[in-house]
Amino acid sequence: MARPILEVENLCVDINVPSGVLRAVQNISFSVARGETLCIVGESGCGKSITALSLMNLLPGTAHRSAGKLVLDGQDLGNLREREMSDLRGNAMAMIFQEPMTSLNPAYSIGNQLEEAMRRHRNVSAAEARDRAVFLLEKVGITGARSRLGQYPHQLSGGLRQRVMIAMSLMCEPALILADEPTTALDVTIQAQILHLLAELRDEFETSLILITHDLGVVARVADRVAVMYAGEFVETGTAEQVFNAPSHPYTQGLLRCIPIPGKTKRGTHLGAIAGIVPNLVGRLEGCHFASRCPHVHGACRSGELALRPAFEKSHHYRCVLSPKDCADNLKAGVAA
Amino acid sequence: MLSFAIKRLGVAILVALTVSVITFSMIYLSGDPAMALAGEAATADDIANIREFYGYDRPILVQYLDWLFRALQGDFGQSHYLKTDVASVIFERLPTTMLLGACAISFALILSIPLGVISAIRPNSLIDRISLTIAVVGQAMPSFWFALTLMLWFGINWRLLPITGTSSWLNFIMPSIALGYYVTPGVMRLTRAGMLEVLASDYIRTARAKGLRPLRVLFKHALRNAILPVVSLAAVQFGFMLGGSIVIETIFAINGLGFLAWESIQRADLPMMQAIVLVLSVFYILLTFLADMINAFLDPRIRVT
Repeated sequence: MARPILEVENLCVDINVPSGVLRAVQNISFSVARGETLCIVGESGCGKSITALSLMNLLPGTAHRSAGKLVLDGQDLGNLREREMSDLRGNAMAMIFQEPMTSLNPAYSIGNQLEEAMRRHRNVSAAEARDRAVFLLEKVGITGARSRLGQYPHQLSGGLRQRVMIAMSLMCEPALILADEPTTALDVTIQAQILHLLAELRDEFETSLILITHDLGVVARVADRVAVMYAGEFVETGTAEQVFNAPSHPYTQGLLRCIPIPGKTKRGTHLGAIAGIVPNLVGRLEGCHFASRCPHVHGACRSGELALRPAFEKSHHYRCVLSPKDCADNLKAGVAA
Repeated sequence: MLSFAIKRLGVAILVALTVSVITFSMIYLSGDPAMALAGEAATADDIANIREFYGYDRPILVQYLDWLFRALQGDFGQSHYLKTDVASVIFERLPTTMLLGACAISFALILSIPLGVISAIRPNSLIDRISLTIAVVGQAMPSFWFALTLMLWFGINWRLLPITGTSSWLNFIMPSIALGYYVTPGVMRLTRAGMLEVLASDYIRTARAKGLRPLRVLFKHALRNAILPVVSLAAVQFGFMLGGSIVIETIFAINGLGFLAWESIQRADLPMMQAIVLVLSVFYILLTFLADMINAFLDPRIRVT
């Protein structure tokens, strides 16, 4: 197997808040192969955006990142200085953000902002950068690309702006793109287009993609592998098939029960919901982080450190005291109910 | 951009016309101008003669239009006190006041914008606290007192700078500081607030995600957006300085427009006061127009509205 583009081991992010240290991301490990899509799924505040920002080293000043291993395409990111890191940002790794309406600078034309992304890292002329911008704008499905270069963000719709952001992320042919909820702020019809586009471009440019979302529908469409995040931890990782067909962790099972299935879910039935709220992450949390909301909670859940354990298949892991068989039984019981 | 400029110019002209009406009606604010001119000992015939001589016997609209068209050609009539051409006196004094105002606003901007930016980059740092102190003190201190203090130390105790007059550029240092210092707090706090807001915005994160160097993020992406309200404020303050330099010009014995205004008020020299008010208002309107143009250049969203 080829060396992965990104290897992360024991990534932690601590944020200093007035009441103490908020452990936003706790010991997460993952790797992404070339051309692969990893989806990080979880509800708001579970630490998925912080994970992405920490990879880019764009965390706020109050946050502290540590990692056992943080390697991008053979280069160790862990000890890079900010100056060296900024050479990689937008170059070897690029990021697409959630809010296309506010992510472009209103004062500059999109051509200016696109070209800038390339000229920062490549020794190219303005004309070459412009040609690349036009090429990519066409790639992301913007018609009349050359004449659009002089337009300003306020003249474009949200969907178009997100396409511009995607084009911008591709300016330097990055090995890895981090997309932080790229479709959340868009209309449903546009969401599908943008996702489709991302998948297409990933294949065409052989880029790896980390897609961060709370939308399981998005995950099902594009993910090769899935990591379910809850309260700063990965609670389940595996291929998209494993996680969708045989969800093991009670949280994943609960999440999947929240989605209506066309044709299967009867009209008028209540959709599933996970009761309770995410625990406070300030300070150390004992035992399973999901214990306070888990329907299957018992004494063993409340103490000690829980590690990810393999499910029936080797590449499928989950973080729960229950055995794979118990988890499968819970899933069946849940479906029956 | 052009249609925006034309619209703004139209508004500016309308404002200027409104000001001209108000300025013109100043003559009649203190009763019959002919009677005021003639003095207490005048006979009815004298008053009638004066009324006819100055044209006060014509319909008011005719008087206004006549005055306006003369003013447009740079003819503001005769000074009642100096018995000379008002325009020549004003245009003799105007450059001094403009120079003083320009120096003062430059001093204010050069001091306050960098301080505001640094305070925003390092909020609650030592430099932020120091500049906050400067702002509070500046806002609280009367400019005449500050001017006198400057004179006392730099002029008298240390003999570094000339105290009065306009004979060399050294004469303008203290008045510019005294006049400009008053503007510093507002500009500084506005720059700081604007930068804080912009630096926290999504497009700054995008700029950093592109790998841009910190200085480029700061000056290309942040400052341009944060400076918009500062441009408007600076224009208003500059206009305010031109009119409000009376105190400073009087203290430093600078023969500028402010000083002239003060003298004319004392002499009840109405044509002179009219002309000063009109000239300063037009400058004020021009500055606002200029600020609008600069903002439209900086922010494409303004151009379309």
